[in-house]
Amino acid sequence: MNRPLSSNPTSRDLHRIDVDDSPVDASGVVGSRHGRIDSLELLTGVGKYTDDLTLPRMLHCKILRSPHAHARIVSIDSSAAEGLTGVHAVITGADMPVRYGVIPWTQDEYPLALGKVRYIGDAVAAVAAVSEEVAKAALALIAVKYEVLPAIIDPREALTRKDVLIHEDNKHGNISKQVTLAFGDVDAALAGAELVIESDYEFHGATHGAIEPHCAMGHVDGKGLLTVWSTTQVPHYLLRELGRVLDRPSHSIRVIQPPVGGAFGGKSEPFDLEFCVAKLADLTGRPVKCLYTREEVFFAHRGRHPFSMHYKTGFDREGRIVAVDGKSLLDGGAYSSFGLVTTYYSGQLLGSPYVFPAYRFDSTRVYTNKPCCGPKRGHGSVQPRFAIEVQLDKAATVLGIDPIELRRRNFIGENSQTIGGFHVGSSGFLQCLSEVERASGWRHKRGNLPKGRGLGIAGSTYISGTNYCIYPTELPQSAVQICLDRSGRVRVFVGTSEIGQGSNTVVATLAADELGVELDDVRVLAADSDLTPVDLGAYSSRGTLMAGNACLAATRELAAKLREVIAKTWDCPPGDVGLAHRKAFRHSDLTVWMPIQEAFILAESQLGTLGAVGSYKTPTENVHGDYRGGTIGASPAYSFTAHVAEVEVDEETGEVTVLSIWCAHDCGLALSPTLVEGQIEGSTYMGAAEALMEHHRVLPSGLRSDGQKRETGPGVDGLLAASSLLDYRMPTSMDVPDLIALIVERPDPRGPRGAKEAGEGPLHSSIPAIANAVYDAVGVRIDDLPITPEKVLAALKRKAEVG
Amino acid sequence: MSADHPALDPREAARPRVRIRVTVNGTAREIDVAPMQRLLDVLRNDLHLTGTKEGCGEGECGACSVLLAGRPVNSCLVPAVHADGQEITTIEGLAQHGAMHAVQKAFVKAGSAQCGICTPGMVVTAAWLVDSHKGQAVPEPEIRAHLAGNLCRCTGYGQIVEAVVDALQQQATEG
Repeated sequence: MNRPLSSNPTSRDLHRIDVDDSPVDASGVVGSRHGRIDSLELLTGVGKYTDDLTLPRMLHCKILRSPHAHARIVSIDSSAAEGLTGVHAVITGADMPVRYGVIPWTQDEYPLALGKVRYIGDAVAAVAAVSEEVAKAALALIAVKYEVLPAIIDPREALTRKDVLIHEDNKHGNISKQVTLAFGDVDAALAGAELVIESDYEFHGATHGAIEPHCAMGHVDGKGLLTVWSTTQVPHYLLRELGRVLDRPSHSIRVIQPPVGGAFGGKSEPFDLEFCVAKLADLTGRPVKCLYTREEVFFAHRGRHPFSMHYKTGFDREGRIVAVDGKSLLDGGAYSSFGLVTTYYSGQLLGSPYVFPAYRFDSTRVYTNKPCCGPKRGHGSVQPRFAIEVQLDKAATVLGIDPIELRRRNFIGENSQTIGGFHVGSSGFLQCLSEVERASGWRHKRGNLPKGRGLGIAGSTYISGTNYCIYPTELPQSAVQICLDRSGRVRVFVGTSEIGQGSNTVVATLAADELGVELDDVRVLAADSDLTPVDLGAYSSRGTLMAGNACLAATRELAAKLREVIAKTWDCPPGDVGLAHRKAFRHSDLTVWMPIQEAFILAESQLGTLGAVGSYKTPTENVHGDYRGGTIGASPAYSFTAHVAEVEVDEETGEVTVLSIWCAHDCGLALSPTLVEGQIEGSTYMGAAEALMEHHRVLPSGLRSDGQKRETGPGVDGLLAASSLLDYRMPTSMDVPDLIALIVERPDPRGPRGAKEAGEGPLHSSIPAIANAVYDAVGVRIDDLPITPEKVLAALKRKAEVG
Repeated sequence: MSADHPALDPREAARPRVRIRVTVNGTAREIDVAPMQRLLDVLRNDLHLTGTKEGCGEGECGACSVLLAGRPVNSCLVPAVHADGQEITTIEGLAQHGAMHAVQKAFVKAGSAQCGICTPGMVVTAAWLVDSHKGQAVPEPEIRAHLAGNLCRCTGYGQIVEAVVDALQQQATEG
């Protein structure tokens, strides 16, 4: 029953074999079909999320929010609220007059508004009281006098209105960030192109819609240690900002991130509630908890930026891209958030998987009086990806080339460099194209489907974390501490944020595989700043690559120690000792083995307590361009994706139904295939929802386009069109297409065992694949998302009129 | 006891309370509730059954689903007084004699939970679906229609529907 031993086994072709007492060759936890390590807690309801925590004497916090999109705060009188029985404290902007923001260069938010409010929902005051009900009653007693200002809702108006400034001290009017980068002679290349496709694209706003609302609890203990439990996906950045705003040294703060009930980028920076519970806990000497209402979640937003894009793409006769020229206007909402990064990403992440011989992008992010935009799954690159993939489709149509073939011809290749200087290592993009082509039946279906049905293709790429931290530092981006236990078990302490993506399972999988234990033997303690080493957080799809590499560093050190001790006992070279499935064994003589627990005990008795730390620093060579902005968006490794969508369009009603979407995703190596498939399906469905249904929309401004003002005030400007889950339509189980996840593996030398990201990449191309399928079905282009029945009908009507 | 303990909050204390008798996960309970207190809050705050989640508080997401008199309801929309005299099953009560419900097992196998916040509500609804369709073949569109009141933001529902199909089959073979 013993299989041949390989000194360097690849994980996917070795599957677990349970053979009596005989050891097996390689661990095979990596790549095996396993579930999440926290499945049982999730399924039985015993898992404790932030709002499930209660402390004795705990107070409840509610936050007063602005009813105006733009107003000066003239005065705040909170005396009546303070006098209400059951109220312990009321705070306003003056209590925390320090600006914060996740990007150190663009900090423009106060925990509670100071001087001005900039969108409906901006936080103005906070109350701590014995119950939520009393806190709510107290909010009604706070008298705020506002001087209402004209609001800017349309991002185009933000560029032209000089008299309305959302941030008075901003250097460039209402422009939050402007980036222009040009590589090669774009104009000459376009002039010489066989075909130039020039189009406008509108990408609408969408929000994350995590089912768990934001929640935070703060507590200051007798020694003055402030503990904040939060639904954050960036506990490290939260800790830094708490320290800065509250003027506390970081050693006096502990941030604990319990399991998070969905985030998708919507919890990737500090929010008002975390500062409020911390401040109120400090003031009252009591634990204080705050739970957002669903409406507040819509206010907090930080969702996908609306983009207005103009793209010019030149092609040669064979469909090869000769130049790309993209101009984008990003509607940022009231504050900066990650906007500086978003603006760079809008251009920098487009340079692959296709060769751009000449490329220019010009992106401008403006402030508007709306909930702030930020990173949503696929941060900054989902919108331009939509534009370029539809551009390619249009070119394929004109040139009479199969759109999959056109994409193949433009593939940038492995071990290549984008025109912006990003190093692309492994790439399974061609395999992704072939997989969706095969699985969807593209060749026999395309052109042969019944009337009203169509197939569309799109491709994309995404980062496995960013090469640099959002603040300058030489410190590692991720670190892991591992302890081996006398019970034969392993404890992993890791700073990563489990938000449902499976980061805890990923490190457990690697640790189990390397140390020869089963997944059940690994306990992961995550995201507690007092217990776990620093990890930067769950954003930009960095967890698997960075924490995974840190974990490998620590486990390999421990595994080497184990092998050495055991080798001495068996009088063999350490390389002859294998660790797998709770056993240590000799590769050269499988009759020689011991239970892994014995191995741990043996090693501990000789070496003392068994622990190791590992950390991960991003590579410094051959990663990015050497120019201002050339590092932003650069990643150690890139994932690749292709989608084929099959849609049905009802030409009577304009309704688009996505029947099936095939998604092939190159994640390097699937450490946990079931989880990777979950990410592929979840991303794809979320993209499909943005393509057809979801719209985080703010009602238009009272300002007319000629600059004349009509009446402004509450209920006129800046009101959210959909601030409930009834109005903001997220798909139910009846609204989703058949999702077919196809894993493609092109291991990358920079990934842990070759693994790359899987959490965000598979969203991107689902949207253009659907748009391209709509064209294939009924011959109309909807370049203005979401693709609603009204737009489809109008386009069909125009098409009929033109003939 | 501290004078500002929630129970002694004067606004609360002044309000009439109603005594309700309910059977929660098989245990008879008597609880004094405010007239419009939500069943969700009674479960989470009074009985500390925090497996039932609040996602929206407006009956849209289904994260707070529990079985009331054997049928799934959004506990955020049910005044606790309406539950008087009834049986309530929450996620904590689905496992019987230490064994997980077929739906729970199937969810583990199919990887149907990601962040897990919708999972308790989804599982409660799915368990009701499976238990109330014993021995019946339930077509997939019908399964999807039954689950449509429970929003999941992570999975795209594929792995959830797969688990429910599996649980229905398991139950059929187990008789």
